[in-house]
Amino acid sequence: MILNLKRHSVLPGFGLTLGFTLLYLSLIVLIPLGATFLKTASLTWPKFWATVTSPRALASYRLSFGASAIAALINTFFGLIVAWVLVRYRFPGKRIADALVDLPFALPTAVAGISLTAVFAKNGWIGQWLEPLGIKAVFSPLGVVIALTFIGLPFVVRTVQPVLEELGTEFEEAAASLGATRWQTFTRVILPGIWPGLLTGFAMAFARAVGEYGSVVFISGNMPMRTEITPLLIITKLEQYDYAGATAIAVAMLVVSFALLLVINLLQWWTRKRFGGV
Amino acid sequence: MEGKTGSNQPGMKIEIKNITKRFGAFTALDNVSLDFPSGDLVALLGPSGCGKTTLLRIIAGMETPDSGEVLFDGEDATRRNVRERHVGLVFQHYALFRHMSVFENVAFGLRVRPREDRPSKEEIRERVHGLLKLVQLDGLAARYPTQLSGGQRQRVALARALAVQPKLLLLDEPFGALDAKVRKELRRWLRLLHDEIHITSIFVTHDQEEALEVADRVAVLNTGKLEQVGTPDDVYQRPANAFVYNFLGSGVRLAGCIKGGRLRVGSLTLDGAEASHREDQETVVYVRPHDFQVERSYDGATGIGAFVARVLPVGPVVRLELFRYDTAEFIEVELTRERFDELGLQPADIVRLKPKSARVFTEDYSI
Repeated sequence: MILNLKRHSVLPGFGLTLGFTLLYLSLIVLIPLGATFLKTASLTWPKFWATVTSPRALASYRLSFGASAIAALINTFFGLIVAWVLVRYRFPGKRIADALVDLPFALPTAVAGISLTAVFAKNGWIGQWLEPLGIKAVFSPLGVVIALTFIGLPFVVRTVQPVLEELGTEFEEAAASLGATRWQTFTRVILPGIWPGLLTGFAMAFARAVGEYGSVVFISGNMPMRTEITPLLIITKLEQYDYAGATAIAVAMLVVSFALLLVINLLQWWTRKRFGGV
Repeated sequence: MEGKTGSNQPGMKIEIKNITKRFGAFTALDNVSLDFPSGDLVALLGPSGCGKTTLLRIIAGMETPDSGEVLFDGEDATRRNVRERHVGLVFQHYALFRHMSVFENVAFGLRVRPREDRPSKEEIRERVHGLLKLVQLDGLAARYPTQLSGGQRQRVALARALAVQPKLLLLDEPFGALDAKVRKELRRWLRLLHDEIHITSIFVTHDQEEALEVADRVAVLNTGKLEQVGTPDDVYQRPANAFVYNFLGSGVRLAGCIKGGRLRVGSLTLDGAEASHREDQETVVYVRPHDFQVERSYDGATGIGAFVARVLPVGPVVRLELFRYDTAEFIEVELTRERFDELGLQPADIVRLKPKSARVFTEDYSI
């Protein structure tokens, strides 16, 4: 049975590479995560349940997952537009624009948090225009969304870009010649074609946002029950030497994140299988 | 039958007037004028980069010319976009919508119509199945494009294009991505289909055999210019210039000269000289490889003397690589298998050649 997994190929080394992969994943991912679960196990079940379902923790999940989902959706929409412009048009400064997209990858998240706070604060460049409209962009859930949108931008652009490039313009031309309007061409031909890429981008932006800490703590104000994200709650508990409580919340977050990503992966697998891959 | 083209009018008459198109410093089309009569199947033939695809894209409305006009049935269509032109398009790589079944692909053009002139569900189903029958794919309506062979995909693409009842069908290298055998089958089938539905069709190809076999008329293009238009027989038998002659088949170049109003090649006198040729002018004479009379033994007086360098049997014909004594050049001639067996030639045998027919062009081109 095990032997059947091995197929003849030009490059040997199935055993070696598989062994390495398992060892590597264990060292880097599984063992630390396992330790989290182990540490949590020092709590009794009622105690664990009380910790992970405390009103403060629930509020933080709502904010973390809610703001991440909103930020990922915003990124999916605008990231698609950015990718479209970068693939389809030629304009001066295109290379610079292309490079700018990657900046949120490279920038230390604390720097991002501080600059976003400065810009969106009451007296900041953008904040001063939002204030009279009654919009509070920092020290509010909106601030969390802004920070998470910033750090998630590259994911959608970079996953959709190659798909759009591969799609080319022939499908649009075919659709137009058959009488489809621009909107019909977009919704019925282009969107289904790039759907798997968009979904991947959304999933990555979402996952990144859920795990984000550095930029959010500066702009959110960190008020319990209102603007406290789950990673911050974990840090708070650690600082209070409540290691078991911190890992309990970490485990809860891990399980939810894993479940969500699994669903997205299944969706992707299904679309790919259905449409023969893009 | 409703569901083929559905209209009584077979197709549009297309006129191209003085079309010029440049891409930067590159001139893709240089003042090209061309008529496509209603109901004809016309091939745009030429080597890659000759502008044939650009011309097709201009007719389709996917490219706008720098100057010149495109007339559809006498009406100026130059500024109309792809959607407004109502042309059927078939691409080299099919461009089938991958996320739609064969049925949905063919139905697409009907489904996107505004509600008031969209056919009912039953009508759509009927028409799609009619078209799939026409392209002989009726059983595969539920398949996805990735589950079809190349030839099947191209037939789906054709059915999809015909579903909107275009008056003009444009095919961009439609058989280019298919293997040799399927390509042959499909082009014969396209010809039969066209005989049935008579829609004005233009297809781009670089394969001269394909153009000669399928088209009613062939337009030969080279470096953005129209070289010749005519029936396949016209362009093959009466090529307008050396480019057309060489593009439509191989030719052996012989040095010749006009003496006393007659064309002379070495010691031979041939027909083919024209009044436009000056006396004593050196010219290049073209002979098709199969237009040589080959005899064993050479007396040194008449014909071209050569010895056999190589014998290359290729299916029903045998190619001979010969070495000319007089000019010390290699030339390639073609014999039928029968004639070859009759002569029983071997490498190093000596032969005498006489061109049976030859062509002379005032201007000389090379490809």
